[in-house]
Amino acid sequence: MTIDGSHGQVDGTTDAGRPDDDVPAPPGVVTPGPGPEGESPAREDRAIVTVPGDDGRVEPIAGVVGTKTGMFGIDGTGDTSGYGGLVRTIAMPRATRAPYGGWFDATAESLGNALAAGGIAWDDAIESVLVDRGELTFFVRRHALLDVCRRLRDEAELRYEFCAGVSGVHFPQDSGRELHAVYHLLSITHNRRIRLVATCPDADPHVPSVVSVYPTNDWHERETFDFFGIVFDGHPALTRIQMPDDWPGHPQRKDYPLGGIPVEYKGASIPPPDQRRAYS
Amino acid sequence: MSTDERSYRGAHRRADPYAATDSEPTEGTVFTATGQDWDDIVRSIGPAPEERIVVNMGPQHPSTHGVLRLILELEGETVTELRCGIGYLHTGIEKNMEFRTWTQGVTFCTRMDYLSPFYNEAAFCLAVERLLGVTDEIPDRATVIRVLLMELNRISSHLVALATAGMELGALTVMTFGFRERELVLDVFEMITGLRMNHAFIRPGGLAQDLPPGAVEKVRDLLDLMPKRLRDIRLLLDDNPIFRLRTEGIGYLDLAACMSLGVSGPPLRSTGLPWDLRKSQPYCGYETYEFAVQTQTTCDAYGRYLIRMAEMEESLKIVEQCLDRLVPGPVMIADRKIAWPAQLALGGDGLGNSLDHIRHIMSESMEALIHHFKLVTEGFRVPSGQVYSAIESPRGELGVHLVSDGGTRPYRAHFRDPSFTNLQAVAAACEGSMISDVVAAVASLDPVMGGVDR
Repeated sequence: MTIDGSHGQVDGTTDAGRPDDDVPAPPGVVTPGPGPEGESPAREDRAIVTVPGDDGRVEPIAGVVGTKTGMFGIDGTGDTSGYGGLVRTIAMPRATRAPYGGWFDATAESLGNALAAGGIAWDDAIESVLVDRGELTFFVRRHALLDVCRRLRDEAELRYEFCAGVSGVHFPQDSGRELHAVYHLLSITHNRRIRLVATCPDADPHVPSVVSVYPTNDWHERETFDFFGIVFDGHPALTRIQMPDDWPGHPQRKDYPLGGIPVEYKGASIPPPDQRRAYS
Repeated sequence: MSTDERSYRGAHRRADPYAATDSEPTEGTVFTATGQDWDDIVRSIGPAPEERIVVNMGPQHPSTHGVLRLILELEGETVTELRCGIGYLHTGIEKNMEFRTWTQGVTFCTRMDYLSPFYNEAAFCLAVERLLGVTDEIPDRATVIRVLLMELNRISSHLVALATAGMELGALTVMTFGFRERELVLDVFEMITGLRMNHAFIRPGGLAQDLPPGAVEKVRDLLDLMPKRLRDIRLLLDDNPIFRLRTEGIGYLDLAACMSLGVSGPPLRSTGLPWDLRKSQPYCGYETYEFAVQTQTTCDAYGRYLIRMAEMEESLKIVEQCLDRLVPGPVMIADRKIAWPAQLALGGDGLGNSLDHIRHIMSESMEALIHHFKLVTEGFRVPSGQVYSAIESPRGELGVHLVSDGGTRPYRAHFRDPSFTNLQAVAAACEGSMISDVVAAVASLDPVMGGVDR
């Protein structure tokens, strides 16, 4: 059931029990919505929102990653505003249908060709493609991350030789893909930027390390491990980097409290920022 | 590790989300060197410890450029291995930003790389504006003032780089020159923003306030004085035999090393690659300014010094062009749902909301009061999505990765600070060199620990 980040899965075969098993689609065509986690019954009823923009262009397909309740972000403050029962969904843009426009199509095609030359099917490596706010994002299946990175760096038409590190994002309600590892790549040759997103579940927080392709990610992966608990398999020495070595927990996760103490001001007690009533 | 073990660990962590996870190194041995007895660490490193000298340099050492800890393994005076220990200045700014509005985030991020606060603010604001989709609606005057402040900030930051590098090499005159000249720039900042550092002046949508009366004249005075002062530093250092002996061929990082280690900024340009985001991926209208990207081909500390000097001279040119372009106009976006409702003004009791604005909301318009209250306490909502916006800070590519969930606060803010990444290259630049050259090499990379640790 789990992915061992070190094997790289060059042969492109599909593990029957892989969590991100998916319905195949031709390269460049995205499978909208939460398909990759279709195994989980809870995800079947996740809403997919498609919003046509003012210019008639179809906006990126959004996947619901969670909900917010109430108006003020926190519970238990005696919400007398009448908004306590309010439930709003949080939808993040997740996929765009081809064509993507500009150089994005050529990049996706080059990557598809490079992967195919290595015997890797597009759908086995790329979950979806997103074009949002003029930025191109590939949602990469984690077992193929190293293969994708190597081709992005080495192919003459891609040449993403500069990696601006990895950053984590934690979506505690997005079951099956709670932790995101987000990579920003820069091609100095072609003067372009792309983003890679690899996701992993909280219960199995493993993503292959790309240090062998981008040595600069050594410290960045240590930082993301330190703050999010994402274990980068194959990292030469994955230790904490910012927090003390014996620190418990991973502070940037959403279930880790900000901390702080109430402050008294002119007789009134003001709770710390993460327990304060505030619009969020 | 078996699957069962891993799922066990996952389950275990769920029960206690704050429990530490362990990790196994895949290569070599990991020595934990925090909060222990030093003798224990020495004992743990191998069978013949008396033949290995491991020296702990910092984090409170005057020549490590801040609270940086260097762990050096020596053979005589030659460094055979070097490791950096960082995290001593970690303040959790990124976490804090998740609990404040988008506008309040500026107040936090300006404190990251404390020598180039305007870059942190500008990078963050450009990212917020791209998330909002209002990049084209930022008033020209605000953009010109942003460029002006950023380029002045480049000068003050490079001056500190020179000053501290000189001090660490034992050239105290360089330090007094550098800090004296920097003070001239900080005086301008103080006049414009009210603060010497940590300004929180660039805000999403524009600026906190317009230039005060007399600011343009003060900048012009600085433009008259600064070239002469920079010339003095050049006369002192450019052909100084001691300085050149200490820096030439030191801290060598060639193009391949810079590319693979993600090094950007002056160290990258000292390899001869003219990569400057202001030219290659222009933002804030940099494509309309005339300036040259400075390069050297020496790949060493001396080349980086020359680049910093030349960049300061180019920055002066940009500042001059900014002054010529300053035409009266708004400095905040017209969209009243984003724009901070009031401009700051200096009153009898200090800097605050202008009295005109207070009169308007308190005694003229109830709607204006509600609007002010909602925008200031609640903030504006930013459509969900993520962006990465990168600018050329004095130290290299300063990237901001912002994620919004559609709320009034950043869902995640991550700063890819150039100091953090460049510092990683210290080991590559120093192993095999003399211990005194480590000081010169670290200084030439110019890491700012506030940015490294955030």
